[in-house]
Amino acid sequence: MQDKPTIETLINAVSLFIKDVASPALSGRSLFHARVAQNVLAIVEREALYGAQFSSAQQDRLRLLLDMDGDLEALNKELCARIKDGRLSAENVRAHLVKSTMGKLSIDQPNYAGYLRARELGWPEEDGYQQ
Amino acid sequence: MTDVLSQIGSFSRHVLKTELKSAGQLSGGASQETWLFETQDGAKYILRRPPGGVAPTLDEPSDAFGSRHLSSAQEADILTSVHARGIEVPEVVHVFEEGEALYPSYVMRFVAGETIARKILRDPEYDVIRPQLAAQCGEAIAKIHSIGLNDLPELGTSDAAGEVRRYGDILARHGHPHPVFELALKWLRDNLPAPRPKCLVHGDFRNGNLIISPEKGLAAIIDWELTHFGDPMEDLGWICVPSWRFGNIDMPVGGFGDREAFYTAYEKAGGIVDRDSARFWEILGTLKWGVMCIIMIGLFESGVDRSVERAAIGRRTSETEIDLLRMLDGEN
Repeated sequence: MQDKPTIETLINAVSLFIKDVASPALSGRSLFHARVAQNVLAIVEREALYGAQFSSAQQDRLRLLLDMDGDLEALNKELCARIKDGRLSAENVRAHLVKSTMGKLSIDQPNYAGYLRARELGWPEEDGYQQ
Repeated sequence: MTDVLSQIGSFSRHVLKTELKSAGQLSGGASQETWLFETQDGAKYILRRPPGGVAPTLDEPSDAFGSRHLSSAQEADILTSVHARGIEVPEVVHVFEEGEALYPSYVMRFVAGETIARKILRDPEYDVIRPQLAAQCGEAIAKIHSIGLNDLPELGTSDAAGEVRRYGDILARHGHPHPVFELALKWLRDNLPAPRPKCLVHGDFRNGNLIISPEKGLAAIIDWELTHFGDPMEDLGWICVPSWRFGNIDMPVGGFGDREAFYTAYEKAGGIVDRDSARFWEILGTLKWGVMCIIMIGLFESGVDRSVERAAIGRRTSETEIDLLRMLDGEN
């Protein structure tokens, strides 16, 4: 285990640097990229918080759904193969894919309109997500 | 850069017969450079050319989008044909030929207005014209689709089945599994629309490639580099892809209008809307944008484009996945 500062604190420090020190000195294209960089750090922060548990929730569901074992990448490849050849139908996989995709959005773009709409529709968040 | 400026100066003096007043490169446009310049007589022009003024070869990354880009000369040719029919596109005034300093590029008249989608959707100065944009777009794209192919230069072709195959293949080559895309591909293969007679398809008809003026609305349709012969419903679907609604998801047409206004104007101008097929192309378009986001990660990883924006865009892939799941459920 690493000592302090925590990964959250380190990300926060870099984010503050971009916002308070670097951005005021930039303009045009570079300033735009600084904003993108801050946004990327926010993704990294959310992934540090949720990434591992979301992956393990997906893996657990896929083991059941596919009745086989393997790492997440291998299980997802098998899932793709069975969707492609029709062994698994949209109904079979929908509940799993909804949760997995909601999890991706909660990390990548929690303010995306399509994600907010899905929440309004009552679509479940990925297991382990906390508001 | 100074090279381009002095070449534009020389073009202005010798061809436009007036001195150059000012010139500069516009931001935006990842696949093409645009330069705005003004001459002493007060006229404004746009020079459009491939990045660095070098025509890409087929195996270069411009093709990494899985797209077939037109050459500058082809693009200018198409613009000229479309403009001649009174359709809202910039007027081409000069195409540089091989041997000329600015080859390959062309010059068109500057069209005033806004292209930034979020401004068009949010700024109060567009409040009055915004409700008319869907109908204006429907009319303009119908006119484009009605141009006889015999009157146009030869272009590449595409169809629904071929496009589904193409994006499936790109995804397979990429290697990383995307089960939602697989599900969408399955739906697309099972719901292919019947082939229609081919027409001139813009290929990137969406909010962001429209110049909108606060007074008259649609002033020009730009960015014709992906133009081809194909299914007219491709253009009707692409402008409704959720990512091009910029947050206004209940306004399917570019974030500014509804489908009925768009389709009605399209049919009034002589087009025939196949709603199921247009919906098919909306779903295919959403998948296509998702696959494009994936491809852009490769442009960063291979060193072609080391910008943080290029790397980060890969994380926009998931937005198309949630949209596809909603669309497969029948959501708007």
